[in-house]
Amino acid sequence: MSQTNRIAKGLIDTSRTVDFTFNGRAMQGHAGDTLASALLANGQLLVGRSFKYHRPRGIFTAGSEEPNALVHLRDGARQEPNTRATVAELYDGLTATSQNHRGSLEHDLMAVTDLMSPFLSAGFYYKTFMWPRAFWEKLYEPAIRASAGLGRLSMEDDPDTYDKGYLHCDLLVIGAGPAGLSAALAGGRSGARVILADEDFRMGGRLNAETLAVDDMPGSAWTEAALAELRAMPNVRLMTRTTIYGAYDHGVYGALERVTDHLPDPGVKPRQVLWRIYSRRAVLAAGATERPIAFGNNDRPGIMLAGAVRTYVNRYGVTPGQTMAVFTNNDDGWRTAADLAAKGVDVRAIVDTRDRAAVCDVPGARHIRGAAVMDTVGRKALKSITLTDGQVIPCDALAVSGGWNPTVHLTCHQRGKPEWNEAIDAFVPGAHLPAGMVVAGAANGQLTLAAALDEGRKAANAQLKDLGFTPSRKPGPKAEDEPREGAPVWYVPESRKRAWLDLQNDVTVKDIKQAHRENFRSVEHMKRYTTLGMATDQGKTSNIPALAIMAKCTGKSIPETGTTIFRPPYTPVPIGALAGRARGRDFRPYRLTPSHEWAKANGATFVEVGNWLRAQWFVRPGEKGWRDSVDREALQTRQTVGICDVTTLGKIEIQGRDAAAFLNKVYANGFAKLPVGRIRYGIMLREDGICYDDGTTARMGENHFVMTTTTANAVLVFRRMEFARQCLWPDMDVHLISTTDGWAQFAVAGPKSRDLLRKVVDKEHDISNDAFPFMACGEVTVCGGTPARLFRISFSGELAFEVAVPARYGNDMMRVLMEAGREFDAVPYGTEALGVMRIEKGHAAGNELDGRTTAHNLGLGRMVSAAKDCIGKTLSQRPELQRDDAVKLVGFRPVDRSRNLIAGSHFISQGRDAVMANDEGWMSSVAWSPSLGHSIGLGFIRSGDARMGEVVRAVSPVHDTEMQVEITSPHFIDPQGERLRA
Amino acid sequence: MLINHPLLGPRDAAEFTYLGDACLIERPDPDAKDAAERFLEYGYLRDNVAGEMRELWYHEQGDRSWLVVTRDTLTHEITRVEIARDVARERGRST
Repeated sequence: MSQTNRIAKGLIDTSRTVDFTFNGRAMQGHAGDTLASALLANGQLLVGRSFKYHRPRGIFTAGSEEPNALVHLRDGARQEPNTRATVAELYDGLTATSQNHRGSLEHDLMAVTDLMSPFLSAGFYYKTFMWPRAFWEKLYEPAIRASAGLGRLSMEDDPDTYDKGYLHCDLLVIGAGPAGLSAALAGGRSGARVILADEDFRMGGRLNAETLAVDDMPGSAWTEAALAELRAMPNVRLMTRTTIYGAYDHGVYGALERVTDHLPDPGVKPRQVLWRIYSRRAVLAAGATERPIAFGNNDRPGIMLAGAVRTYVNRYGVTPGQTMAVFTNNDDGWRTAADLAAKGVDVRAIVDTRDRAAVCDVPGARHIRGAAVMDTVGRKALKSITLTDGQVIPCDALAVSGGWNPTVHLTCHQRGKPEWNEAIDAFVPGAHLPAGMVVAGAANGQLTLAAALDEGRKAANAQLKDLGFTPSRKPGPKAEDEPREGAPVWYVPESRKRAWLDLQNDVTVKDIKQAHRENFRSVEHMKRYTTLGMATDQGKTSNIPALAIMAKCTGKSIPETGTTIFRPPYTPVPIGALAGRARGRDFRPYRLTPSHEWAKANGATFVEVGNWLRAQWFVRPGEKGWRDSVDREALQTRQTVGICDVTTLGKIEIQGRDAAAFLNKVYANGFAKLPVGRIRYGIMLREDGICYDDGTTARMGENHFVMTTTTANAVLVFRRMEFARQCLWPDMDVHLISTTDGWAQFAVAGPKSRDLLRKVVDKEHDISNDAFPFMACGEVTVCGGTPARLFRISFSGELAFEVAVPARYGNDMMRVLMEAGREFDAVPYGTEALGVMRIEKGHAAGNELDGRTTAHNLGLGRMVSAAKDCIGKTLSQRPELQRDDAVKLVGFRPVDRSRNLIAGSHFISQGRDAVMANDEGWMSSVAWSPSLGHSIGLGFIRSGDARMGEVVRAVSPVHDTEMQVEITSPHFIDPQGERLRA
Repeated sequence: MLINHPLLGPRDAAEFTYLGDACLIERPDPDAKDAAERFLEYGYLRDNVAGEMRELWYHEQGDRSWLVVTRDTLTHEITRVEIARDVARERGRST
């Protein structure tokens, strides 16, 4: 197909021809075209089917407000649905396909829904799919889902990258039309750091779409000169293809830059960048959006907004039709007719709703005064229009102008409400703007050129003065104001056929009237009942006409009727851009332990623990499942020695003259009397008396302690300790620093642990039981002088140590420990064996410290010191938390030793029903104990410590099972603690 | 949002962790006769302010200062930012 509708050069580069396909048909356009302008040039007016009724639809606008011309762009993994053809930049090899039809675009099998339209009016879902109830899941929902939606996803991974970035400026100028360019020039000339952003790939806004002159040059030429001046300024950043989509607090704006959307393949560059722009001040120069007039069958391909027609004619050198007509209620529509005629297009008629003289001379066009279009003919392409006086005018395209609405969206993102301006019959920005924002030009209701240029400059200068810059004295650009009188007409009441308002969601004037009849009269109700404005275009062309019709129905004025709330984003932002690089494995940062490389090379399976990847177990040849590995690791550790990387536990250095006194405040038990060189186990309470963390703290010196926290709470404990230090006891001499990442720490556990460490710790350090007993700590050296810390603590219940070395030696330390342990058959063990051994020993962990349990519940009630205050002490003493029949942490084992306990089971006394009222507690942790040869568990049960030996029911409604379990001591292994003191 | 840190200048709110009402600085005297009731109020009762509120923010991804930020909860306007330790001292917590 040739470019039959290409009539002039416009601002495109006709020397560069671009090949593309639409629905598989090869077409040609030029560099500088959009997909929409190229389709029009090729005479392709039908581009899609509508959402609900599958009506044939064409291109309605020339910008981001497009409700109709949504297509699939690209194919394969890069297929992108619901792309507006009006903003898709043409590139060589572009493939586009139309959406929302079964069969071909020309013969859509679903078009039958249009015949059913009497049954599909507003609210039909709510009314139709009420009964019978059983039909909903089986019939209605599958049927609706199959026919709903527009485009289809590729269902493949997006192959492109998306980035995020941060920018700072003194002045952000949003929109590079006349007002924006004028503002940016003022900003740049004053020396301020300026960002000028525009969603288009070519800056200039309406200056590129009109034939108006600035400084005695064509508007597009003046734009080029202005951009050349701005480009030469090092303090100005020009951002094309960048939509400012949201105005946030304190001058922060969200922006989406489409970096390589216009290229066949992004190469190494990101597809899009999501910017966060920090501005001290902003000038919103977002322009205005033309609105349609609703009349019968006003949705046919070839019917287009009048301003859009001018854009196609002047910027792209394309006419939508060979024989045109214009329907307007204002002077602006006349310029469309004039521009078409000037390019030699046959303009048959100008239909003006006003009974007044011609605004300008349009050769060959009939001027029809005081009339309106009430119907049209032509299913897949417009053939003729029918006027209210009965005249039929043949034409293949119609330009419609209902006046212009300032684009106020961003002024409302901080809950600002727009105000009605009688002079232009449109909403303009209200008084409450986002902090630091001023509005200029058409967005502020200055709909003519000279006024927009002037206001842009003045608005920027006022902002610059506030910021301390000296505005340039250079005079602003000169232009003339064009005629812009108009009389509001929202729809043509004589129309007997459906008159469309929201083209994307297929909402008609009748739907609005019906919503009113059915008492959905507030704009918010009207919107949701009819779905008007709820499609991806958010009603940019339809909201105001719909409001006007609702106002007429209710007898109220438009400002009394009010608007719905505009929220970010202004235009759709792809999920990929919001995600940026946080996809898949990089969804969130992860941390590796110091011995990660060693573990990876030695068969480790890793598990996520908070942000950490920890070795869960180490597989040896011949092991058939994880239990084989875990059982072996636990048994071998108890028999000789095992080694585990425990770096992930939080480590906090506490120093200062008041360090001991401070610990007394944050721990429930006392630390002031802990001797230097000794370690103590401590529990921490929240201020409400609930236990939230535990760990050990070593006194390395008189005023120096080293605390460990659980892995999960490392950040939280540190935060709360800083709060206590700064806000509760601000004059204590105490300083904190997190050294979790600074030290690699390894548990060396088992009867041979001392023998192993003697080979690693330098000889001058005596680590015999007498010199270095249970709960001793000290600074040592290892491997011939490497500084290290040694702690004699045990989580496994065995004779055990933890040795810490600077993190950079961690991987080597693991290797050295394993080599030294070879003669003892030392094993590395992971988090599972760690868990098995701590359950065997009866130590509480995260499952027990679950935010609901007190020291009293944990059997640690006596640790809460009576002699001192601490965080949480007062409220932990509430009588209800101190009841004798409170749940207590105890051990459990199955009466039938062959059965496995289930964590989460609830305990019920014998002979009672398994209902909530009889619930006496829950199983918090279970493991299979390789040392005992059966399943064991820890759990909380009412008065547990007084019920040793009792058999109760452990019921798991989730698994639909129950079993008999016996209450035991939680210390399954070495209850007297002889091993760890050996 | 931006928080104008008294030591570091304007910083993005994303660097901070939010805690809540700055009344949390005023931890009751545990030795007072009515300590139990005072701690209950301290622990559980907060005003849900629509308007100007003094709040605790922690510069966790920064210098670890706790700050008292005076913010309008309706508009997010921030009118004052103080170092929480200074506020605590003003409230007589220096003992």
